[in-house]
Amino acid sequence: MFDLIIFLVLLSLGYGVGQYAERRHYRSIIEREGRLNALPAIASRYPPIEPHYGQSLVIGSTVVSVDYFKRFLAALRNLFGGRVTSYESLLDRARRESLLRMKQQAADLGAAMVFNVKYETASISKGRGNTIGSIEVLAYGTALIEQRRK
Amino acid sequence: MLISNLELIPGRRVVEHLGLVQGSSVRAKHVGRDIMAGLKNIFGGELKGYTELLQESRDEALQRLQRQAEAVGANAILNVRFSTSSIAQGAAEIYVYGTAVILD
Repeated sequence: MFDLIIFLVLLSLGYGVGQYAERRHYRSIIEREGRLNALPAIASRYPPIEPHYGQSLVIGSTVVSVDYFKRFLAALRNLFGGRVTSYESLLDRARRESLLRMKQQAADLGAAMVFNVKYETASISKGRGNTIGSIEVLAYGTALIEQRRK
Repeated sequence: MLISNLELIPGRRVVEHLGLVQGSSVRAKHVGRDIMAGLKNIFGGELKGYTELLQESRDEALQRLQRQAEAVGANAILNVRFSTSSIAQGAAEIYVYGTAVILD
C-alpha cells in the first residue's frame, strides 16, 4: 500500500514537473531558433571555394533525462509495441538544444555558416534496469568565419 | 593548430598526410552529481552537471589529440570525429580522432 502511494506521488510529480519543464524548454528552443535562423547549419561535406573563410570547430552538447511518468508510459509501450512518443520528444529536445548551442558558439565567433554538421547520440547511464537513464546528444561542425581582406 | 571536421580546406593544399591521430578521456561523476542525477530521473530535464563533465572530458580529449598531432609534426587535423560510449555505470569515454596533415 505504502509502495503504491510512493509510486503515485512519483508519477504525478514526474507528470506535473516534467510537462511544465518540457513546455518551457520548447518555448525557449523556438525563441532561440528564430534568433539563430540567419546562421545556416549545413550537412554538406564540401565548403564553398570562394571567398576564403577562416575555420573553427564548434561543439554543442546536452545531457537530458526522461521523467518518471514518461518512463512509465514507455514501459507500457513495451508491452504493446509502437511509437514511443515520450522518448521521441525527449530526443527531439536534446537534438535541437545541442544544435542551438553549437550555433550559438559559431555566432559568438562571428561565423557566416556552419558546415559538415554531424550528430552523435549516446546513452550514458545504462545499467539501471533496462531504461534509458539519460542520453547525451552532441552536435558538431565547422564554423566558417568570414575574413576581412588584408 | 587548425582542427576541422571538413575533409579539405578551400584555398590550401595538403602537402603531406601523417596518418590517424587520436585522443580519448574517460571520466566518472562524483557521488553528489549522481544523487542529483537520480533526482532528475524523476523530474526529467537537462542534467547540467553531466553536460559540463562531458564537455570537460571532450576538451581534454581534444587537447590530447592536438598534442599527438604536434608530436608528429602536423599543422592541421582534418576530418575530426567524436564518439562517446558508456563503458560502465557512471563512466563515459570520449574519443576523438582525425587525420593529421601538413598544409602549405
